[in-house]
Amino acid sequence: MAKSVMADLKRDHITKLLSKGMRIDGRKFDEPRPLTVEKDFVQSAEGSARVHLGDTYVVVGVKLMVGQPFADTPNKGVLTTNAELKPLASEAFESGPPDQRSIEVARVIDRGIREGKAVDMEKLCIEPEKEVWIMFVDVHAIDYDGNLFDAGNIAAMAALKSAVVPAKRANKGEDYPLPVSHVPISVTAVKIGEHILVDPTYDEEIVADARLTVTTNEKGDLCAMQKGGSGSFRPEEVLRVVELSRKIGADIRSKI
Amino acid sequence: MGGTPLPDGIKLIDENGKRLDGRRPDELRPLKIEAGVLKRANGSAYLEWGPNKVMAAVYGPRECHPRHMQDPTKALVQCHYNMASFSVDDRKRPGPDRRSQEISKITSEALTHVVFTEFFPKTSIDVYIEVLQASAGTRCAGLTAASVALADAGIPMRDLVASCAAGKIDDTVVLDLGKEEDNFGQADIPVGYIPRNDEIVLLQMDGDLTADQFKTGLNMAIEACKKIYEVQRDALKRKYTLPAGRNGEGAEVN
Repeated sequence: MAKSVMADLKRDHITKLLSKGMRIDGRKFDEPRPLTVEKDFVQSAEGSARVHLGDTYVVVGVKLMVGQPFADTPNKGVLTTNAELKPLASEAFESGPPDQRSIEVARVIDRGIREGKAVDMEKLCIEPEKEVWIMFVDVHAIDYDGNLFDAGNIAAMAALKSAVVPAKRANKGEDYPLPVSHVPISVTAVKIGEHILVDPTYDEEIVADARLTVTTNEKGDLCAMQKGGSGSFRPEEVLRVVELSRKIGADIRSKI
Repeated sequence: MGGTPLPDGIKLIDENGKRLDGRRPDELRPLKIEAGVLKRANGSAYLEWGPNKVMAAVYGPRECHPRHMQDPTKALVQCHYNMASFSVDDRKRPGPDRRSQEISKITSEALTHVVFTEFFPKTSIDVYIEVLQASAGTRCAGLTAASVALADAGIPMRDLVASCAAGKIDDTVVLDLGKEEDNFGQADIPVGYIPRNDEIVLLQMDGDLTADQFKTGLNMAIEACKKIYEVQRDALKRKYTLPAGRNGEGAEVN
């Protein structure tokens, strides 16, 4: 596979730079890429945002529909998160049903929103056991230069914050803003050799040994975590990424 | 981790610090592992961990299908985690769902780290994890069983991966959540760990934890993995130790 030869060359180049304390795009190891967040990008969605994290570009749309609650949560709305990693965004993606990679991206973003209690789900109940709002969060990768976890999380949170519950359209009373009570933010780092790098680009991602995403809330508490890749982290490295996530997460939160 | 309060005020930890099943906060459920239990598979392991019953089978290294997945430089470790439809109270729809796909992915990645994949270019090492009875902690049970099955298959490995979860119930950090604790608890941290190198190869977390609670939970899970590792080694030793007397009592092999 030509891919692995390229990866080896890239890996040599990237690790050579890292040993001199440099990243390929000149960032510090603990420095995320520039972030721009634009809310209400799609008018047909109840909430939306487009986010550029460096050259990674994602659009998230939130749709709300009336539906049935789950039997074990009769008075709560339902959250469904999906990620579309389509060939439009990168030659690394293939068309077809969601593969393991896009399922993982969606589930890690979902876990942040769910466990971070971003939305007050009880306020999405219309009639207990009968009708609740079903919330669809769809993450679309438009241009992929690494770290869809964080770009997707940021865009999802911005989209949720901009969302309005379309109650009037469904004859369920007056429209009201989606009740967002917390803003969980994920920060992803990769390990290349002995180096830990925050917010990896595509090139850094493909040569990385392992990846760790840590999602924190505004109190600095942890609500979700996911390790990926076939490499490993030492316990003290995990704790360092946790600290980085709490610090950088607070910065990102202030921008959305 | 709904953080849902328990019905009619039942507590997950009583005034004596005991849990619903009588365990202390840092106590594991009973764990039994048996290596080499299946005839067809190249390697296998059966594990019972509390009420969990998990079977792991390894096939390979064998030719990798589909072909385009082949790596000319190394083997592909492909894990398939599956829950039997009857393994849970409400029948689970058969086939892979999103949860099991995610677990398969992270388990494959954890196992890839310990297998000398470069010894078997172009091949696939298929690991099948079948959860027959589930009661919280099945991904850890699956990974623990799968490493024993890989070793049983004679596949060269750096070490075994041991796996265990820590969690939070009633604001207390505890080890190895049981079913009710998982349903009504506040956080869950599954960890896959290699004792020899002090490496973490699987890590997830969901729920609500302060940074200090996470640190406590991580350490608790790591200490438990060291104990589980001994159970794994013991299972392999039992399978591969010659019964005393077969070659003459205490006979030495030249």
